[in-house]
Amino acid sequence: MNLHKLSSRLCPTVTQKFRHLQIQSRGQQLEAVGVETESTEQNPLSVFRTSEQDPTYHSERHTGQYYTLPAAHIQKLFPHGLPPRFQLQIKTFNEGCVMVRPPALELISYLKKADYSKPPLRYILYGDVGTGKTMCLSHALHYCYTQGWLIVHISDAHLWVKNCKELLPSSSRPSRFDQPIQASQWLKNFKITNERFLSKIKTTQQYVWTKRERTEKGQPLGELVDQGVNRMKSSSDVVGAVLRELRLQAGGATEGEGAFKLAVAVDGLNALWGKTSLKKEDRTMCEPEELTLIHNVRKMMKNNWSGGAILTALSQTGSLFKPQSAYLPSELLGEEGFDNMEPFVPVSVSNYNEKEFESCYLYYLDRNWLQHSHSRSEEGKKELIFLSNKNPSILERLCAFL
Amino acid sequence: MAASGCRGVRSILWKYGSYGKNLFVSRSKMVPQVKCFLIFKNLAAAGPQKFTQEFIDKQVEEFEVGKRHLANMMGEDPETFTQEDIDRSIAYLFPSGLFEKRARPVMKHPEEIFPKQTAIQWDAEGRPFHFLFYTGKQSYYSLLHDVYEKILAIERHQDKMRNKGLFTSDTKQILLTGSRWLLKEEIEENLVENISVQDYMRLIQLMELLLSMPYCSLEEEFILKFRKQLEVQSSKYEIPALQYDPQGVAFSFADGRRKSAKASITLRDSGSGNITINGRNYLYYFPVLQNREQLMFPLLFVGMSGRFDIEGSVEGSGHSAQAGALRLAISRALLSFVSEGEVEKMRQAGLLTADPRIRERKKPGQEGARKKFTWKKR
Repeated sequence: MNLHKLSSRLCPTVTQKFRHLQIQSRGQQLEAVGVETESTEQNPLSVFRTSEQDPTYHSERHTGQYYTLPAAHIQKLFPHGLPPRFQLQIKTFNEGCVMVRPPALELISYLKKADYSKPPLRYILYGDVGTGKTMCLSHALHYCYTQGWLIVHISDAHLWVKNCKELLPSSSRPSRFDQPIQASQWLKNFKITNERFLSKIKTTQQYVWTKRERTEKGQPLGELVDQGVNRMKSSSDVVGAVLRELRLQAGGATEGEGAFKLAVAVDGLNALWGKTSLKKEDRTMCEPEELTLIHNVRKMMKNNWSGGAILTALSQTGSLFKPQSAYLPSELLGEEGFDNMEPFVPVSVSNYNEKEFESCYLYYLDRNWLQHSHSRSEEGKKELIFLSNKNPSILERLCAFL
Repeated sequence: MAASGCRGVRSILWKYGSYGKNLFVSRSKMVPQVKCFLIFKNLAAAGPQKFTQEFIDKQVEEFEVGKRHLANMMGEDPETFTQEDIDRSIAYLFPSGLFEKRARPVMKHPEEIFPKQTAIQWDAEGRPFHFLFYTGKQSYYSLLHDVYEKILAIERHQDKMRNKGLFTSDTKQILLTGSRWLLKEEIEENLVENISVQDYMRLIQLMELLLSMPYCSLEEEFILKFRKQLEVQSSKYEIPALQYDPQGVAFSFADGRRKSAKASITLRDSGSGNITINGRNYLYYFPVLQNREQLMFPLLFVGMSGRFDIEGSVEGSGHSAQAGALRLAISRALLSFVSEGEVEKMRQAGLLTADPRIRERKKPGQEGARKKFTWKKR
C-alpha cells in the first residue's frame, strides 16, 4: 500500500494504467474498492479518470471523472453529433473522453426508472452558454446506445433553419418547403447509427413518391432510407415517413422480432419554434412550420406515442434573434414552444464545480495539453479559475493556446 | 472699509502677465528618473533689472497689508493667515470658470511672482563690484570658491584633531536618503545665471568630495541647501473605510475612472470569487479575455483571488475603458484590506495610478487629432 502511495505521488499516469490493469484482471468488485481508496488517499492527485466505460454503471461516485468513449461507438453513434471543438479534441488526443457530470447522471437515472408503456417523457437540458449541455446529451445518448435503443439524433436543429442553399417547394404539399441536402445528410447519418434496426422494422403502409416510385407495405425500413438517400428530391418526405413509422412501432411488442425503445434527441430545440433566416422566392421570411423537416420533428415532439424518451437540449449559440443573456426554457423556446413542450422535465446544467475543474485541469496536464510552464503552478491554476470562471467551453478555449 | 478693501484687492497680481514673457518650459532631460514637470524660467536671459529693488520692497509691503485686509474680510485672524488660506479666499471671492489653472486670479508673495534678477553689477565708473565679474558667471565661480573654502576648513580641522590624537573616521554622517541633488535648472534659478552641463557636473563633484570627508557634518547646513527632499508618494492615497455588514462581513466601496468610463464597486470579504457587473456575470459581460485579465490583475497581485465577492456597476465609454476603470476601482477598494508594504508595492506596480490618457481633440484644418488632409504638392 505504501509503495502504491509513493508511486502515485510520483507518477500519476503510471498508476492509472496500473489500476486499469489491476481492475481488468480482478473484476468489478475490486474496482469499487480501488476507486474509493484512491480518492481517500490523496486529494492533490485526485482521480480524474474512471475505468468504468459503460454509462449504465456510472453513478455519483464517478462525478468529475473522465471515461473513454470507445472509438467504434463514436464512429457509429456520433457521425455528426458531437460539437466540432470536441471532435478536434478527439483527433488531437486520439481518444474521446467525456466527463461524468451530475446533469447527465440525473438524466440517465430518469431513463432507467421511466415506464415505457406510457407516453414518452420530455427532458430539456438548459443552462448558460458553454456549460456542457450538448456533452451531457451525448453522454445520455451513449447510454441509450449501449442499452440497444434506436436513436433518432438531430445534432443541431439550427442548421435546418438557416444557411440553406436549396429550398424546394414540397412535392407532396403545396405550402411547404423541402430541404433536400439537409434531409439526405441526416438520413445517411441515421443509417450509420441504426444499421441493425433497418432490416428488422417493416413499413406499415404504402408510400408513393412519384409516378414510378413507391414503397410497398411491409418493406424493411432500410429501403425507405435508401430511397431518401438516392432520390434527393423526396428526401424530406422520406424523413417524415421514417419518423412516422418509428413513432407507430416504438415499444410495440407484437411487431416483428421484439420491441425497441426509441430515443429522440434534439439539440438546439429552440430552433423548432423560433424564426428562420430563410427567405421564400418572393422575399418574405419563412416560418418554421413551412419547412417539412421542422414540421415532422415537431410531430415527434408530441407525446402521442409510447415506448421511448425525448431528450433535448436548448442552445443559444446557434439561435437566431435571441439575446445572449437568454438561457431559460421560457426565454429561448418562446410562448409557442413552451406550450408545445409542456409538460417536461427540466435539467439544469451549470459551470464546473471545484472537483470537476480539478479533474479537467488534471486531464489536460495528463495529455500534455498545457504546455506553458506557468500553467502547471498553483498561481497559474488560480488564473485559469478566474479567467474562465470554471466554464467548460471557455476553459477549453483558454487552454488551447497555452 | 471699502477703500481699504480696494487697496487690498489692488495688490492682487495677475500672474500671467509676467508669466508669458519669461517662460522657458523644459523637461529635465539630464536626470531621467525625475518625472515631475517643473517650469523653469530662463532668468539670466531677462537681462538686467526690470524692477528696482525699491519697487519689489513696495510690492512686498502691499502684499502684507493686503493679506491682513483679506483676513479681515474673510473674518479670520490676520496673524495666522497662511498662503493656503489666501488661495482659498481668492478662489471664493473671484470664482473663475477658466480651465487653465494658471490663468486664474492668484495672490502670492512677490518673491514667487517677480522673477529673481541680477542687480546692476558695476558702479558709476564702470568698475564691477565682484572680483569674479570677468569670468562671466560670477555667482557660479564664487560658489565653487565657497565650497573649496569649506573643504580646506574641514581639512584643517582634521589636521588639528590628528595633532590632538582625537582623529576618528566614524563621525556623524549626514543623512542623504530621501533627498536628491538640486537640478541644474534649480541651481540656475538660485544663482540667476546660466551654467553649462559641465559646470553643473563639476559642482556636484565638489559637493561629493565634501561629503566624502570624515568631518563633513560640520558643514551639514550648507550641504542640505543643495539637496531637495523627495516626497513619499504612497502617503497620498486615501484608503476607503472598511465597513461591516450586519453578519460581520467586511466590505468596502471604491470608484474608478478611465477615459470617460466610470465604475463603482463593492468588495465583500465572503470568500467565493464571484464577480457581478451591472447585474451580469463577468464572464458574459466581458467576453474578451483581455478585459477579464485586467479585472484579475489586482486580486492576483495581492494574492487574494478567491477571497472576495465583487459587485460592480460601470457606465460609459467602451469595453476596454470599462475594464480599466473597474481595475482601478478594485485596486482602491483592496487598499483597505491590505498592509502598508503591499500598498507601496501596488503603487509601484501601477495599480493605483489613474490612467491620464484621454481622447485628443480634433483640430481644425486636419482630419482628426493627428491625421492631416492629403498633401498635394501643387
